[in-house]
Amino acid sequence: TRKMETRSETSAFPFLFLLHTETLSFDDAADGVILGADTRATDDMVVADKNCRKIHHIAPRIYCCGAGVAADAEIATQMMASNVELHTLNTGRPPLVAMVTRQLKQMLFRYQGHMGSSVIVGGVDVTGAHLYSVYPHGSYDKLPFLTMGSGAAAAVSVFEDRFKANMELDEAKRLVRDAITAGIFCDLGSGSNVDLCVITAAGAEYLRGYDRPAGKGKREGQYRYKPGTTPVLTKTQTPLSLDVVYETVQMMDTE
Amino acid sequence: MNTRGLRSQLKDSVPVAGLCPQGSYGIQDSLRSGFTSVKNELLPSHPLELSEKNFVLNQDKMNFSTLRNIQGLHAPLKLQMEYRAARQIQRLPFLQSSNLALDTLRGSDDTIGFEDILSDPAQSETMGEPHMMVEYKLGLL
Repeated sequence: TRKMETRSETSAFPFLFLLHTETLSFDDAADGVILGADTRATDDMVVADKNCRKIHHIAPRIYCCGAGVAADAEIATQMMASNVELHTLNTGRPPLVAMVTRQLKQMLFRYQGHMGSSVIVGGVDVTGAHLYSVYPHGSYDKLPFLTMGSGAAAAVSVFEDRFKANMELDEAKRLVRDAITAGIFCDLGSGSNVDLCVITAAGAEYLRGYDRPAGKGKREGQYRYKPGTTPVLTKTQTPLSLDVVYETVQMMDTE
Repeated sequence: MNTRGLRSQLKDSVPVAGLCPQGSYGIQDSLRSGFTSVKNELLPSHPLELSEKNFVLNQDKMNFSTLRNIQGLHAPLKLQMEYRAARQIQRLPFLQSSNLALDTLRGSDDTIGFEDILSDPAQSETMGEPHMMVEYKLGLL
């Protein structure tokens, strides 16, 4: 959902509102966080970008999924990334996820919801793995799993059904993938592919295009007609006699 | 239009349009300052206009009052004196100052906000006349 798109949630371009289903992140209290997103950016009822990136990099082990107005989400995450980098250089310490959340919510509250970006911040820092969601007006939640965007309801239903604490990595990836897929199929504002970002203490792995459930179908039949399918019943030819009235010759400069 | 709640939204300083129009020769300069409209001068044109205009001021007020409660009156007084001194360090009248000393005091030298990204003075569409402005500042005009 960069640019104009909206991530699982809605992303919007400067003048568009994109909806996307955003994914949620699954918080493995033991090891890490998985962020997921679809890749559709919409402009009202038209798909503006079929393969946008909604998962943004904030720090080496902190990533952000942005939904809502795409431009707002994009600029908010870019500013967070810049501020986190400055903070890291200043303090000499790696950033905390709570720091990113705090700066984001303070900025969004300052603009009283006019900056329409809802963001899920997830990452691993020295205190462990954390997942926060921040809404456009500046409120935030800290939960084991979160969804945002237009496809949030579809995605959270999958989570509510199958989430357990301390899942294995593969099971967790499958769960997030299924939740995003639910958004892709059940919500018009989400579509195309599933992107995942697996963040652990070792680092972050951005799996772009992890799954492509909504591919273009294969055409089964041939719809061409053989030449001669339509019979010719009659043929009439009328020659037109034309006289030359005026003739000019213009030489080309060929040297 | 319901005007009951409008008083709280009025801009705090209203330019008196009729008395002294901004253009030369004393008439409204439509090219540079647009058409006159009483509503535009009394009411804010965006819900955030007033809160953004006063944001830094309000933040400073809040911080100073907290500081006063914690450390006593001397702390905000000293800081305000330093702010006042730092604010006076400017370049020539027509050049935008970097406000480095003020930024360092305030602690905004290591954060990036919209004021750093947007409205780059190098890309400004208007500029003052350097000679006139310097002469005016020095009182030669």
